[in-house]
Amino acid sequence: MDIIFWEQIPQFLVTGISIGCIYGMVAIGFNIIYNATGIINFAQGEFVMLGGMVMVSLTAAGIPLMLGFILAISIVACIGGLFERIAIYPMKDAGVLTLIIITIGGSIVLKGIAMFIWGKESHTLPHFSGEQPLSFLGAKLLPQHLWILGIMLTTVLLLTLFFRYTIVGKAMRACSANRTAAKLVGIDVRKMVFLSFVLSAAIGAIAGVIITPIAFIDYDRGFLLALKGFSAAVLGGLGNSAGAVLAGFIIGIMESMGAGLISSAYKDAIALIVLLVILFVRPYGILGNKEAMKHQAF
Amino acid sequence: MGANNRILLIVLVLTVIGLPMYLETDSYWITVFIIAGIYSIVAIGLSLLIGYAGQISLGHGAFFGLGAYTSGLLTTKLAVNPWLALGIALLFTASVALLIGIPTLRLSGHYLAMATLAIGEIIAITATAEVELTGGSSGFGEIPALSICGFELDPLMELRYYGFVWTVVVIVLILSLNLIHSRIGRALRSIHGSELAANAMGVNTAYYKIQVFVLSAALASLAGSLYAHYVTFVSPTSCEIKFSVLLMVMVAVGGMKNVWGGLVGAVLLTILPEHLTIFEDYDILLYGLILMGIMIFLRDGLVGAIASMGHRIGKLARAK
Amino acid sequence: MSELLQLSNLTKRFGGLTAVSAVSLNVTTGQIKAVIGPNGAGKTTLFNLISGVTPASQGSIRFQERSINGQKPYAIAVLGVSRTFQTSLIFQNMSILENVMIGRHCRSRAGILRSTLKLFGERQEERDIRGKAKQWLEFTGVTQKYDSLPGDLPFVIHRKVEIARALATEPQLLLLDEPAAGLNIRETEDMGALIRKIRDHGVTVLIIEHDMSLIMEISDEVCVLDFGVKIAEGLPKEVQQNDAVIAAYLGKEKKQRAANHQSG
Ligand SMILES: Nc1ncnc2c1ncn2[C@@H]1O[C@H](COP(=O)(O)OP(=O)(O)O)[C@@H](O)[C@H]1O
Ligand SMILES: [Mg+2]
Repeated sequence: MDIIFWEQIPQFLVTGISIGCIYGMVAIGFNIIYNATGIINFAQGEFVMLGGMVMVSLTAAGIPLMLGFILAISIVACIGGLFERIAIYPMKDAGVLTLIIITIGGSIVLKGIAMFIWGKESHTLPHFSGEQPLSFLGAKLLPQHLWILGIMLTTVLLLTLFFRYTIVGKAMRACSANRTAAKLVGIDVRKMVFLSFVLSAAIGAIAGVIITPIAFIDYDRGFLLALKGFSAAVLGGLGNSAGAVLAGFIIGIMESMGAGLISSAYKDAIALIVLLVILFVRPYGILGNKEAMKHQAF
Repeated sequence: MGANNRILLIVLVLTVIGLPMYLETDSYWITVFIIAGIYSIVAIGLSLLIGYAGQISLGHGAFFGLGAYTSGLLTTKLAVNPWLALGIALLFTASVALLIGIPTLRLSGHYLAMATLAIGEIIAITATAEVELTGGSSGFGEIPALSICGFELDPLMELRYYGFVWTVVVIVLILSLNLIHSRIGRALRSIHGSELAANAMGVNTAYYKIQVFVLSAALASLAGSLYAHYVTFVSPTSCEIKFSVLLMVMVAVGGMKNVWGGLVGAVLLTILPEHLTIFEDYDILLYGLILMGIMIFLRDGLVGAIASMGHRIGKLARAK
Repeated sequence: MSELLQLSNLTKRFGGLTAVSAVSLNVTTGQIKAVIGPNGAGKTTLFNLISGVTPASQGSIRFQERSINGQKPYAIAVLGVSRTFQTSLIFQNMSILENVMIGRHCRSRAGILRSTLKLFGERQEERDIRGKAKQWLEFTGVTQKYDSLPGDLPFVIHRKVEIARALATEPQLLLLDEPAAGLNIRETEDMGALIRKIRDHGVTVLIIEHDMSLIMEISDEVCVLDFGVKIAEGLPKEVQQNDAVIAAYLGKEKKQRAANHQSG
């Protein structure tokens, strides 16, 4: 390896970590719904896409950043709730197979609606606080990169507090540990399923809003984000969200290094190859554990 | 396979023979029905996997694409005989499916769905990235046609290919019906009923799941090859996720608990977009709405609904 | 007489809970042996261990003098151990005859090629499977409505179909998990007769049951579990007198019976 390689490392870390934050957040979204319902929500990537798109429209309407951020998250959270009421709630006696197909159907519907509203072209957002790069060990570090990392860490912290210390959070954890027992002690399991969709959609929307300034977004973006987020979820151990964050970083960094050093045409394949390798070797993840994987905090 | 299926098969064969007379060899519609036949082959295989064994794949578009690309590349770059290319493509696709199926079928349903989705995307990325070999996103053409005993199935002679493709469809259908009404078909259904009980009764559930997965991938590859040698051209759209999803919508609409459902869904969803221009702009939204609507209101699809209606009428008639 | 099944030091832990704790147990060829114990004692878990549904944490399972630890359920079924389930796991999507035909799966051979082509004796084999399945249904006392789906039939038929399905695999050892639960007195008597008939047919039976009069009547030997531990084993009469057993289990029964007497 020559000098150029070492000089590029900080840049790979910067881009890798910020995109890794997004993968981690998508993975957490998967985990929350998986823990509450035992299903994988294939529409998770669409929540990210919608977050970005809604924010684009709000910004175009002249709504200030802070208010727009909150509005975008609330709107997508409502869509998440609606999604659960329309697609999941009526399927009381359905098997996992039906539920998976339903969420696939839902993801296509959301995609189709997005194409209807925002067209086929790509959209972007202004950076939160200027585009003047800072220097980090010779790498170009944008203020937006710091925003992404900061907001992701804040989100994870708030989620941890929510699941540890609030009644609703504890009830959701109880559901994920043992649904029948949770029902017996009087927890409204169906309400928790609803909440898990609202929460997942909100987290997806946050990811969408913070990434759009540095990555173009279009109606068709969702599924690839979902696939990469799922890779992070599996790498971190399905259901384990501390693992998801770490796995998100790993996949993000591998991807940016792969794009720079191997081939940018195959950039999108890297996360998917990681997913397949994990499924071959250690389906319960690097940080997961076969028996304990169902009993994570969130 | 039962009297009902025999009657339906006869009806199908008569329809296939009669249709060109009705369409008066309008080559546009013959082309549409050729494509419908090709998609039916994939959909029948997919219904064996989803409806009978209860496993989901979102990668059958990719297996179709793998068949099409392998066939196309072998015949154009290495001048391999088209039939041989079709066979090699089939074996190659089946081996890829085996390799993916062994680790993922041990796990629960969503892992298989995601893994097949990932494979599909990797294949699409590769097809787009290897520009020199595959022509990148614009694809490549001049794939030679198939011929039988020196009798070329020239794509310009639509009727010959129509006859050939639908003969293959009928054979695939008969073999699938045989399979379902056999020891293996019963084993697959028992897995769907209760994998635990099936296993405890001596059914090697993992083995049969992999077998039907590989079989359905091989059928997708066969269809892909037939497609490549017909349109003489392939591009990454043949292995896109959108195509995999469309295949699943076909199976769901027709009804996944019945191989006839695959056929009905494939034919319906190939013809409908030709009739309704609304599909051109809003195809994604419509497919999504159809898929959700079917799963919520008509879980066994059209064929399932018709079958249960027939069942009820039969019961009423017997009661009288 | 030879030992058909030998469990030694068998243990199963679920996280912190020890569901089966160092159980050693022998089942002799030709006997009807009962496993009893209060709810949650670990009886079903013991069956899951024997049939390979859950892997053991410790200890050994030997069937016909050979270790079957760690084998897959289907392989254990092929060796000659079959079972029924406490909560019926009948295939709801298949007719009752097809349910029993699944039992013949491991005693027949047609592969994917023969099945799709319907050649090379596949049709004959299918006829044999169907014939044998009907015989086993008749053996258990189900004589009609072979083509009905389970959903259309009474519960007692489910129990019998499940037993027929298990018998169709031609087991040496049959594990019955509470076969009389949910049956009325007449049906329970029939079930007792059926279990005897199965034993007389040459199949050794290990049965979990709560109905004490049924146990006392049909079993040759009884083993008592409590909190995963074997607390007694012996002839039904001996076990009934055992103080530990009375404390753990029969005590409750007797109290209940007394209460029933008073109210009735
Ligand atoms: N898969 C499992 N995971 C965790 N605990 C289990 C599992 N299966 C059984 N148990 C526990 O093991 C104990 C024994 O259960 P079981 O064998 O079903 O009892 P029995 O059949 O005697 O009523 C119970 O406390 C039960 O909750
Ligand atoms: Mg029990």
